[in-house]
Amino acid sequence: MANEIQIQVNGEPRGWRAGGTVADLLSDLAITTERVAVELNLEILDRKDFGQRSLREGDRVEILGFIGGGCGTKGESDGRER
Amino acid sequence: MDANDRLTIAGHEFRSRLWVGTGKYKDFAETKKAIEASGADVVTVAVRRVNITDRSKENLLDYIDPKKYTILPNTAGCYTVEDAVRYARLARAAGISDLVKLEVLGDEKTLFPDTAGLIEAAKILIKEGFIVLPYTNDDPIVAKKLVDIGCPAVMPLAAPIGSGLGIRNPYNLKIIMETVKVPIIVDAGVGTASDAALAMEYGADAVLMNTAIAGAQHPIAMAEAMKYAVYAGRLAYKAGRIPRKLYATASSPIEGML
Repeated sequence: MANEIQIQVNGEPRGWRAGGTVADLLSDLAITTERVAVELNLEILDRKDFGQRSLREGDRVEILGFIGGGCGTKGESDGRER
Repeated sequence: MDANDRLTIAGHEFRSRLWVGTGKYKDFAETKKAIEASGADVVTVAVRRVNITDRSKENLLDYIDPKKYTILPNTAGCYTVEDAVRYARLARAAGISDLVKLEVLGDEKTLFPDTAGLIEAAKILIKEGFIVLPYTNDDPIVAKKLVDIGCPAVMPLAAPIGSGLGIRNPYNLKIIMETVKVPIIVDAGVGTASDAALAMEYGADAVLMNTAIAGAQHPIAMAEAMKYAVYAGRLAYKAGRIPRKLYATASSPIEGML
């Protein structure tokens, strides 16, 4: 059995099998690869490289997608007139 | 709607002059219904971490078909050039198009744009081939700078995001419309249908809103109201309004009176 490594996915620590690729991780998480962006240690990956990039100990992976939003979603003021 | 009255920005053609955001709705079903009622064919979305712990959660794009709508990702919530550029790149990597609604916010209380940061981020992204639609202040000088560096449209605010105050500076908006020769999309601050109609009557090419619809007591009904308001305002603009005069001008002839 492959060695287990520790990685971080969307800020959460997670055990992962050594040699597993980004595509494997997405598949394990039941995330379809279209419509997501993956950042590996701050580098945005090309979708066609998901299957080639294997993850290493300490890697930080961010998986992002689209959610509902208009403007200024974060830190929105309460909207009351002052 | 007049099928020939299309809005074109950097080769992208839009049917609708009402663009809508997808935030703040009760659920995706309501989002979908409101968008349908609004007639909008451009919808904005934000880029955020995918929920990896609960995969049963539904995805917005299961409800809003990217084949039917132009999905316009924004950099909402970004307060620095670096963050805005990072989110724009992620949005492109997530794979819809090169379009991005660029926001670089100045502070949390007003959510006014940091226009210096906006110009800087726009320059970087345009160099990388993005089609940058910048959310900007109602400042004609900044609007001109954004166009000069290559933005194919500008999106000045009517009032602070979510404030519902309506157009606070109509004269500046008019100056922007006269100053730049690219489409103007009035973005943020609209409160009700008359605000949207007014923006269009002034000569805006489109209006983008979210809270005015999503925050209304009956969002789907308000979405429909906005559709007609934008349409009416557009028609009135094209029809050419009468000048304002201080005194009356009779509209019935004197001839034939007793």
